[in-house]
Amino acid sequence: MSSTFINVAYLIASILFIFGLKGLTHPRTAVQGNRYGALAMFIAVAATLLDQQILSFEWILIGVLLGGLIGGLLAAKIAMTDMPQLVALFNGFGGGASVLVAGAALIEAGLPTTPGTTHTFTVATAASGIIGAVTFWGSLIAFAKLQELMSGNPMTFPGQQVFNVLVALACLALGGWIVADPTAPEPYWIMTGIASLLGILIVIPVGGADMPVIIAFLNSASGLAAAATGFVLGNNILIVAGSLVGASGLILTKIMCKAMNRSLANVFIGGVGGEVIAGAGDEIYEGHIKSTSGEEVAMLFDTARRVVVVPGYGMAVAQAQHAVRDMANILESRGVEVEYAIHPVAGRMPGHMNVLLAEAEVPYEKLQEMDLINPTFEQTDVALVIGANDVVNPLAREDDSGPIAGMPILDVDKARTVVVIKRSLSPGFAGIANPLFAADNTLMYFGSAKEAILDLVVALKEG
Amino acid sequence: METLVAALTVFVLAVFVGFEIITKIPPTLHTPLMSGSNAISGITLIGALLSAGAQHTELTTWLGFAAVVFATINVVGGFLVTNRMLSMFRRK
Repeated sequence: MSSTFINVAYLIASILFIFGLKGLTHPRTAVQGNRYGALAMFIAVAATLLDQQILSFEWILIGVLLGGLIGGLLAAKIAMTDMPQLVALFNGFGGGASVLVAGAALIEAGLPTTPGTTHTFTVATAASGIIGAVTFWGSLIAFAKLQELMSGNPMTFPGQQVFNVLVALACLALGGWIVADPTAPEPYWIMTGIASLLGILIVIPVGGADMPVIIAFLNSASGLAAAATGFVLGNNILIVAGSLVGASGLILTKIMCKAMNRSLANVFIGGVGGEVIAGAGDEIYEGHIKSTSGEEVAMLFDTARRVVVVPGYGMAVAQAQHAVRDMANILESRGVEVEYAIHPVAGRMPGHMNVLLAEAEVPYEKLQEMDLINPTFEQTDVALVIGANDVVNPLAREDDSGPIAGMPILDVDKARTVVVIKRSLSPGFAGIANPLFAADNTLMYFGSAKEAILDLVVALKEG
Repeated sequence: METLVAALTVFVLAVFVGFEIITKIPPTLHTPLMSGSNAISGITLIGALLSAGAQHTELTTWLGFAAVVFATINVVGGFLVTNRMLSMFRRK
């Protein structure tokens, strides 16, 4: 089949990718957008299979069947609470594929039958190898942290930044070697090995609550790796699709950073959280904590007209989203207005809370963005905080120093009554005390999110 | 040199298109956008198919085969899981 035909097919696929990505930005068109993306991929793959370079199909067939089976099973079986891990893992596989393709292309270029290499080719090969390996290993570490195969706390050591810079320079130096002498493939694999180390080093100092930024960043990197591979192969469809994803991931990364009032560099330097300042909250909490029970909260709800639920990572861990929905249904059947306040970085990936609540069939119109819901807390009778901590800490507004200073928060403390469901008074990820718990209008409802809500539902039904 | 400039042109324009179409994303769609765009980044599959099928050497065929497996997991898993999530958003 002529290459003109294949290139026209790639052009059609590119256009469909653009429409697909655009569709994904609006709730009404998202499903259609995703289908356009899948159709574009199908067209691109089908056209490629007509390429005369392809002499044998058996390994392709086995590979596609195997990969399709694994991917399909993962997508079908994964629990919605485990979605952050899965997204991290998929990002990694994309990056890994780029490393392998660029490596294979370099070996092919060294064969006597092929014409020589250009600088474009070698520079792009080095870039694919570095970005791809960083994406692959960075994603695997993010996966391991989220899956709790390793500690989710930041891991730091003295001189970490200097060491990381040295490792990055070593990658670039080896990349330069490839450009200077593309005939031997060994430096490429050494370079990807060192880039793998860099990927690991970049993600280990990042703690749990900073994960949304890292996942969005790795998403962008997996796109850039694909674009770099496009330069290696001189293939426009890879360049177009890869850079679209690179750009959209970068925008998402920026949104996440803004929601934490931190720069991307600051997140990578990491180390925020994990350390708990011993006894930091004692002075604030001493004698000010009012503990409550399911019955008491049920009575509060009896007189409430407007309730705002504020979910955090604790709701995800306890898988309490269905219980929360049941509670909201009872309240709504009694004429209480129930809305959900979603902080952009609540949970472990962008949009984590939205996915969980959608799984529990909460209509997405009831999920309100921070800027929209904050002015309404003053007219809210009960703000019910479920397993969230740092994103409702008033210190972010009041304290100019400290790890969360200036971070936009949900102003739950302005509600008439705040009920906080939490297992203990232990600090959140940022490792600082939360004066909200000791406020006059706050009641602490100690317990695991799911059991606490289930008890509350029983009390509501009896009351 | 000319091919480089042509490829760079495509790259730069595609980045701009990417920035322009993703202007305002409702937070509800942050996760599906990420997993859907992630599936699109599995486009490396195209390169993997060429490596696996071209049979230059045994090594490149194996590298291509491994890349086909990785990229297909990324593509198939990514589109399916995005579809699964989005169907939850629609249902009311």
